[in-house]
Amino acid sequence: MSRLSAAVAGTAVLALTITGCGAGADSSTGSEANADRTDIIVAHTAEPVNLDFTTTDGAAIPQALMENVYESLVRIDQDGEIQPALATEWELSDDRLTYTFTLDENATFSNGEPVTADDVKFSYERVGSDDWTNALGAKMDVVDSIAAPDDQTVEITLANPSNTWLFNLASLVGAVFHPDGVDDLANTAVGSGPYEVEEFTRGQQIVFTKRADYAGATPGELDTVTFRYFDDAVAASNALKSGQIDVIGNLQTPELTSDFEADDTKQVAEGTTNGEVVLSMNNADGIFADQTAREAVLHGIDEQAVLDTAWGGHGTMIGSMVPPTDPYYEDLTDVWPHDVEKAKELVEEAGIEGEEFTFTVPSRPYAQASAEMVAAQLEEIGLKPDIVTQEFPAVWLDETMTNHDYDMSVINHVEARDLLTVFGEGYYTGYDSSGIEEIAAAADEGTEEEYVEGMKEVARTITDDAAAGFLYLFPNLVVADATVTGLPVNAVSDSFQIYDLAWS
Amino acid sequence: MRALASRLLQFVLTVWAATVAVFALMQILPGNAAQVAAGMSATAEDVARIEQEFGLDRPLIVQYGDWVTGMLQGDFGTSYVTDAPITPLVLNSIQVTLILVVSAMVLALLIAVPLGTLAALLRGRSLGAVLSGLSQVGVAVPNFLAAILLVMVFSLGLGWFPSSGWQAPIFGIGGFLSHLILPVFSLALVQGAILTRYVRSAVLEIMREDYLRTARAKGRTSASALAVHGLRNAAIPVVTVAGVQLATLLIGAVVIEQVFVLPGMGSELVRAVENRDLLAVQAIVMVLVFLVLALNLIIDLLYTLLDPRVRNAA
Repeated sequence: MSRLSAAVAGTAVLALTITGCGAGADSSTGSEANADRTDIIVAHTAEPVNLDFTTTDGAAIPQALMENVYESLVRIDQDGEIQPALATEWELSDDRLTYTFTLDENATFSNGEPVTADDVKFSYERVGSDDWTNALGAKMDVVDSIAAPDDQTVEITLANPSNTWLFNLASLVGAVFHPDGVDDLANTAVGSGPYEVEEFTRGQQIVFTKRADYAGATPGELDTVTFRYFDDAVAASNALKSGQIDVIGNLQTPELTSDFEADDTKQVAEGTTNGEVVLSMNNADGIFADQTAREAVLHGIDEQAVLDTAWGGHGTMIGSMVPPTDPYYEDLTDVWPHDVEKAKELVEEAGIEGEEFTFTVPSRPYAQASAEMVAAQLEEIGLKPDIVTQEFPAVWLDETMTNHDYDMSVINHVEARDLLTVFGEGYYTGYDSSGIEEIAAAADEGTEEEYVEGMKEVARTITDDAAAGFLYLFPNLVVADATVTGLPVNAVSDSFQIYDLAWS
Repeated sequence: MRALASRLLQFVLTVWAATVAVFALMQILPGNAAQVAAGMSATAEDVARIEQEFGLDRPLIVQYGDWVTGMLQGDFGTSYVTDAPITPLVLNSIQVTLILVVSAMVLALLIAVPLGTLAALLRGRSLGAVLSGLSQVGVAVPNFLAAILLVMVFSLGLGWFPSSGWQAPIFGIGGFLSHLILPVFSLALVQGAILTRYVRSAVLEIMREDYLRTARAKGRTSASALAVHGLRNAAIPVVTVAGVQLATLLIGAVVIEQVFVLPGMGSELVRAVENRDLLAVQAIVMVLVFLVLALNLIIDLLYTLLDPRVRNAA
């Protein structure tokens, strides 16, 4: 009894301290109060597993580190154009094989060492080595040799001319490392960017601090930028509403957009991404190996209705594997118009009426919502989709992508200029790429105009072959305190650029 | 003494069986870490190369042996996914979960003991019925719903507490408590309601006992008879249930940690499963299993302390 009452008394005191303490929440929503702030907190969804994109796939790592902590020779700006980064200028030889880059002589790594041509050579040769296991490293396969005639000059010679290579160089494969900085990439980042990683608390946040000694192309504004990770999209929205965070990098609860739009203390910007939400069909095997069956599906689907239901109408109709920010974009949304009668005819012609097929859906909100709508529309034309939810990434990668054990799926392909991967040989779409390979190769080696024309033809061929459905281009919904400036509204590169973020 | 020894042996054997079960379960989980790390543009060769690097191609018995030997030395190994040691990660996240669960249990008991006793004493009267009804409602509300409602009212509505996040006590006790209070209440309100019902029935049970009738006959009021002679006896079933409920709270914490974005074992577990970080999953699950088993052991021992009949029988 005495022990019990002592325990009760003790906990009563604790409870009193808890309840007596009241609000510690800093609800600093007053806009004037923000003008002097030198820090900002940005919410993102997916947390980096570690800091090493040379061995670990996933958009979260380059999103945090590219351009902010690591730099490439070039970068992609908000309009999708190539801009100087570590290289102040570059020249292409007449045979279009050799790029000569001039490095920024003021560039330094966060360990104080200058960025030299040898570091670039070291980094780019490392992409081809066994140390680099991220499959995206294949983007550097076209490189034949790298030379460093002096500290500020890098000559990179390609095996064949390539229009895509310089663009690809702006992605994570172009990151320049210091030879002493690659021992513990998973936990320690030594880069040449305007910020360095001050703290990486798994499960919570990454804190970036501005480098005082940075003298490159993209100096930072704010002293401290924090990325805080919210698995739960509603929790992120709540945190913004209650003033615990300042920016949501890409709102995953599109139904709340109008709430934020109606709120004067917040701003909402809808930008574009490289993420095509693809209704993939197994071209190689099963019910959709027959092009007529795929055409039936494409006529049966009302993409706009899918977008309206799945993502509140935020996003863009594309009709092909190309986002409008790419140079070879053309509007192909009319190729397979929504036509239920035509779809039913094709279902009959293909002889697949009432046939059950496996529709694997990754466990992500956009995919779940899109799939429900697509399935309803397909039932209307006489098909019987059997929806199988697969945990993403692990199970989907295993069953659908690796084992090709599916008939239909829906997934956001987020890589830039990825149509040749997604419809390449051996990939899970099972598309017969023999018809586009030569055109694509010629386009890559040709002049810039030939490149654009060639790639347009590739994209058109894929759409004409009814290789897959292109539901919509995933939007980038940035929500922030109304006084934040410098938001990267378009997610057209690997990075979420933090260096322009500021308070007005 | 012999009973204690056999109880301890039983504990050790169960823990060992759990290591086998946990390890086996991980093997049949579809998808693997190498595939997740390799991502969407990887070929089969890429995946095989990473598998080898992670050591996933070693015989299972070797992997199991390494794991258990490491654990016996208090080392959960290095995650091949995050490339960071797992032990500090587990220690950090377990602190959060334990603080959450223990505070919630204490608060739940603070709610349940007075309310349950009162409800028993007032049985048949309208206030007693109201108390019973309220606890009924509390039992029916899932933790996460309580959490969402609390956030809507106290965070978004009144702005008293942050809607999510965690602040370690060393960075300021005020911030620590203000982040803790809503998650604790989400767990404790529901738990308190459940325990209130147990306390009420335990007290009712005791009030029917002969010794309480005797005490009342000797001139004590119901309340004072209960206070002096009854509560200790009523505590026996309540402690048992509270022990079992503590395990439920641990599981409930997994959900609550997700809702409030707390870096506890639940969040860590979900993240580790998503990445197929098997060593981390194994470590967290083992710690949870160990906690629940240890808890049961402690309850059994506590039971012996509270009830002389059990003690003497042993």
